[in-house]
Amino acid sequence: MSDLLRVENLTVAPSANPQRLLVNNVSFTLQSGKTICIVGESGSGKSLTALTIMGLLSPALKRTGGSVSFQGKELTGLSNEQMSDIRGKRIGMIFQEPMTSLNPVLTVGYQIGESLAYHLGLGGRALKSRIEALLLQVGIPPERANAYPDELSGGQRQRVMIAMSIACEPAMLIADEPTTALDVTVQAQILALLAELKSRMNMGMLFITHDFGVVADIADDVVVMFRGEIVETGPVQQVLEDPRHPYTKALLDCVPDAEGKKALKPIDYAWLGQPA
Amino acid sequence: MSGIILSANNLTKTYRQRSGRFGFGHKLVKALDDVSINIKTGSTLAIVGESGSGKSTLARCLLQLLPLDAGTVQFQGLDLATLSGDALRAVRRDLQMVFQDPFASLNPRMKVGEIVGEGLLIHNIGSAQERAHAVLRMLERVGLSAADINKYPHEFSGGQRQRVGIARALVLQPKLVICDEPVSALDVSIQAQILLLLKELQQEMGLSYLFISHDLRIVRHVADEIAVMHDGKIVEQGEVEAIYSAPQQLYTQNLLNSIPGRQHRTASII
Repeated sequence: MSDLLRVENLTVAPSANPQRLLVNNVSFTLQSGKTICIVGESGSGKSLTALTIMGLLSPALKRTGGSVSFQGKELTGLSNEQMSDIRGKRIGMIFQEPMTSLNPVLTVGYQIGESLAYHLGLGGRALKSRIEALLLQVGIPPERANAYPDELSGGQRQRVMIAMSIACEPAMLIADEPTTALDVTVQAQILALLAELKSRMNMGMLFITHDFGVVADIADDVVVMFRGEIVETGPVQQVLEDPRHPYTKALLDCVPDAEGKKALKPIDYAWLGQPA
Repeated sequence: MSGIILSANNLTKTYRQRSGRFGFGHKLVKALDDVSINIKTGSTLAIVGESGSGKSTLARCLLQLLPLDAGTVQFQGLDLATLSGDALRAVRRDLQMVFQDPFASLNPRMKVGEIVGEGLLIHNIGSAQERAHAVLRMLERVGLSAADINKYPHEFSGGQRQRVGIARALVLQPKLVICDEPVSALDVSIQAQILLLLKELQQEMGLSYLFISHDLRIVRHVADEIAVMHDGKIVEQGEVEAIYSAPQQLYTQNLLNSIPGRQHRTASII
């Protein structure tokens, strides 16, 4: 079986200071129909890794090494135009803030239709029926296509974002903290929706989160990042129940459990050592 | 007997909300609908609920930062709703708050020493020297140092700022502290540090907490009793053990079942 996404020795640093590695030698592979969760604290480099894969790094940052191959094709070094053909069509993206990721002056139907028109050249009645089918798929009544984002709840907006991201039936979905801003009951619904879509469309999913509870629910494999480096990677059950790296163990000790049986133990960073 | 430090009875608060596309219509939203709670001295009552359930409105109404439509708040035998001006200010010394956002709740133009010492100044406690000493002692207690007194909030990380917020609330030696989502903006490792600090301080200073949170995993750790809010009403309240092991209301059951990772974890234990 060939890999859907293969990231090798990825390294990112500020353009002004190439010595300071924000993402350091990150490698992992993702297969179709599987979910990899990248977990880590703020500043661990998990979002930067995703942005680098999509070629969306800010101009102040630079990929200083490594490769990203998607469906056997090298993505690094592609022009912005070439990347635009892949982004939104073969790689779907969902971001954290359902409030700010949608344009407030356009109807949600229009926004879902944009990528269909751009990538697939759909128009007229075909476009309209595809938009309605997508809304139905994410659990929103199709007549809401004419609603503006402010008329929808946070959970519904995130459903719209999901509809946009899967509009062109991408082979891979990158989701950066898609449920962090949502209430727990809504979060549970959105996670279930993503899992269902993933298996129905056989997508590979790269899911970024800081919440180990979410990891336990949706991941097949876990990548734990700390200060820009991968400290541990493995199948979800092994990483959560039998972590090998001291940082993973320490991080798991900080997570309160719903049973309240475990004492909280903050991380002793001094013991983990300073960044190399 | 451990008494009741604060008892709120039949609180009601209604907001008028604009409705319709251009905001000409009006809709009444019941943010608090006949809410009654009791906080036992030295214990922690957690208010849990989703966004819009009324939990932050409850905090503000208890502190009299928002006027109530109806209901009474008894704090150490005084009815707060009847107090005003100086009398209310005097009570606020015993009734402090720790806010959610450590970035927005500290004045960026004030030094940390001034922020923490302002309450002492307002309540006219001690001489300048005694105040400076109290500020220093409090900062050291929450894990900061003398060198931090002359720094501005932007020089600190989120976790450190929350320590400043805690020092500001506790320097007055209050009796009851209302914590509104005090750790939800922090990373899990920092979150664990702050939760442990709050617990230690509770034991040392005999504090009572009203702890507002949407995170049921955290609440399980910090609370003695919990009250579950939904649409401005308290749907269920009681001892934390009882509610987590045998929730009576459908809404509470649904909330507990939505805790991420819970199914997985329970399945692996059984």
